[in-house]
Amino acid sequence: MSSPRDVVLGRIRAALKDVPPTEQPKDVYIDRAYLHVDDGDVHKRLELFIDRVRDYKAKVKVVRPEALAAAIVESCAARSVKRLVVPADLPDGWAPPGVELVREPGLTNEQLDQSDGVLTACALGIAQTGTIVLDSGPGQGRRAITLVPDYHLCVIRQDQVVGLVPEAVVKLEAAAAEPSRPITFISGPSATSDIELNRVEGVHGPRTLEVIVVTELDVV
Amino acid sequence: MSREGVPPLPVSAPAMPFQDAARLSLGDTQLRFNMGKATTTIRAKRYKVVDEMPDWQNLREAGRAIKDRTLRHLDKYLIQLEESVTRVGGKVHWAADAEDANRIVAGIVKSHGAKEVVKIKSLTTDEIGLNEALAHQGIKAYETDLAELIIQLADERSSHILVPAIHKSRAEIREIFRRTLENTEHLGDEPKELAAAARAHLRRKFLTVPVAVSGVNFGVADTGTICIVESEGNGRMCLTLPKVLVSVMGIEKLVPTWRDLEVFLQLLPRSSTAERMNPYTSFWTGIAPPGDGPDEFHLILLDDGRSKVLADRNGRQALHCIRCSACLNICPVYERTGGHAYNSVYPGPIGAILTPQLVGVENAGSLPYASSLCGACYEVCPVKINIPEVLLHLRGEVVRHKQATLAGKLSGENIAMQTVARVFASPRRYEAAQKAGRLGQKLMVKGGVIERLPGQLGGWTAVRDVYPIAPQTFREWWKQREKVSNTKTVPRQEARP
Ligand code: SF4
Repeated sequence: MSSPRDVVLGRIRAALKDVPPTEQPKDVYIDRAYLHVDDGDVHKRLELFIDRVRDYKAKVKVVRPEALAAAIVESCAARSVKRLVVPADLPDGWAPPGVELVREPGLTNEQLDQSDGVLTACALGIAQTGTIVLDSGPGQGRRAITLVPDYHLCVIRQDQVVGLVPEAVVKLEAAAAEPSRPITFISGPSATSDIELNRVEGVHGPRTLEVIVVTELDVV
Repeated sequence: MSREGVPPLPVSAPAMPFQDAARLSLGDTQLRFNMGKATTTIRAKRYKVVDEMPDWQNLREAGRAIKDRTLRHLDKYLIQLEESVTRVGGKVHWAADAEDANRIVAGIVKSHGAKEVVKIKSLTTDEIGLNEALAHQGIKAYETDLAELIIQLADERSSHILVPAIHKSRAEIREIFRRTLENTEHLGDEPKELAAAARAHLRRKFLTVPVAVSGVNFGVADTGTICIVESEGNGRMCLTLPKVLVSVMGIEKLVPTWRDLEVFLQLLPRSSTAERMNPYTSFWTGIAPPGDGPDEFHLILLDDGRSKVLADRNGRQALHCIRCSACLNICPVYERTGGHAYNSVYPGPIGAILTPQLVGVENAGSLPYASSLCGACYEVCPVKINIPEVLLHLRGEVVRHKQATLAGKLSGENIAMQTVARVFASPRRYEAAQKAGRLGQKLMVKGGVIERLPGQLGGWTAVRDVYPIAPQTFREWWKQREKVSNTKTVPRQEARP
């Protein structure tokens, strides 16, 4: 008896009788005339990023590098965060004093569920879509820590913001090829429009997403 | 939570022709109101976010071409995907049909001694009737997408591929939750409150159920990466917390390279939820490091009729579909009937071309007629599926199939059509028929039009008037003119409408 694999492949080959046997995949032309890079001005790109992240009802704060630590303290205080989940490799100087740090590795789902929030870095930001990208790189931790807590505070540097989706996809190519680095695109807080198409923020993921943008530029 | 009261809805032959089911739906005013409001809202939003993309048409063309390349070499790409996924620690299974796939899933769940699974919204698993099949094996499947949960708790069926509970009002949803969920006696009907009730109900499940089942939005052949696009975070929960993950992927949900995703990640969100990007998109390549997701990953490659669609050169493009639902929202027929009338997991214009191909036109012959052929679906489709072209092609198939049966050959319609074809094929017969018609129509013309044709033709004039055959046709006038000019002057005659 032939295996389901042989059955399926056999049917596919029979169905493709019209494709000449000499044809190679690359013979099917793909016109990639869409935009690949945004070569515009950095200032504009950053403003677009901020605008689009805000458009998703995420909070955005813009700070100079020297003001980052204070901004983190302020954000945690504003939400009365008492227990803050952080990745094992949280960058130096980010930990807010006066808050109990729940530090990876090895936290259980229950510990995550009972925390007040999580603080991480990220891999990239995409201006065109207002997206932040996590790729399991430095300062990001594993996926569950940015998922189970109800509040995600995420720090991004200006040089991490790209213009277009294709730029992000190119930068993520190496991570995608590695089993140890799952990737997550986050655009605003968790949301649903399932009830009469009314957008409700926060179903299962963090109900609040706050992004701190670190830059020397003057942007609002 | 059982789905026992629900008629199973794998893609099987629709129980009722579309036209009859549509008549029932049209009588439901609440449904028509909800559908009309929903489709109008989402259309307007979609237009806005598509309009801000200067390269939208280029992206559509690239999307179409990538899918075309993939399908023309599907066998090679599937084998490549199998190798890639295996290399990074996943296990690949092949399923020729729904039964195969359901058996494989049940086997994996049982091998872990599990009795429950959490599910990410997936049309493919709806198509194969996975929940029902698991229930037979004593395994309970919990839908975790809010709309799917509502549908499951209500023992109903989805009416839209993206927002399955779109036909339900908030008051109806509150009643469903009060009836089926704990601690909801005081639940209000604000969408925020309703969502919070679902969050509380499902959180325990995410933290305790050991097996998750998902569909697949895109599988990448060269890296073995799988991609899931979602909004609520229920997908991330299912992909991250359980120990075992099983993903069921239609064999057409494939892209050749990681870079190809740059096209679809732009096309899909704007076309479906009308967002620049959906809230969460997850990618994983095999098994994540310990503690960061399942330690076991199974990918099931499902045919279940797709290879049949692939064999039809005209209909093949239906496999380009990325299930965005833009064609549903734009369709004037869908807007009025809603999804249930299509009696299939795949409703709307895409359903009208996909379902008959998956189950055979002999089993879903009414669906290719569930369209006015206005062409709006083709215009919005992010991967340029020429739906009207496929509809016409399938209508031809329906007729050819009918003609192949004796009953069909002897049916009044076929005899009439064949006669018409003969008449049109010969000028002599055509003119004779016109003369006969002119005599026959005398009693029917009122005020210059025919309001009602006799017999079976009456259906056609139920909603329109027909102009009678002119007292003198152009051809007759031409002939007469030539005769006269051969003698002397040319008399001017007005051509009749
Ligand atoms: S046919 Fe096109 S428009 Fe319709 S759901 Fe599929 S991709 Fe979207």
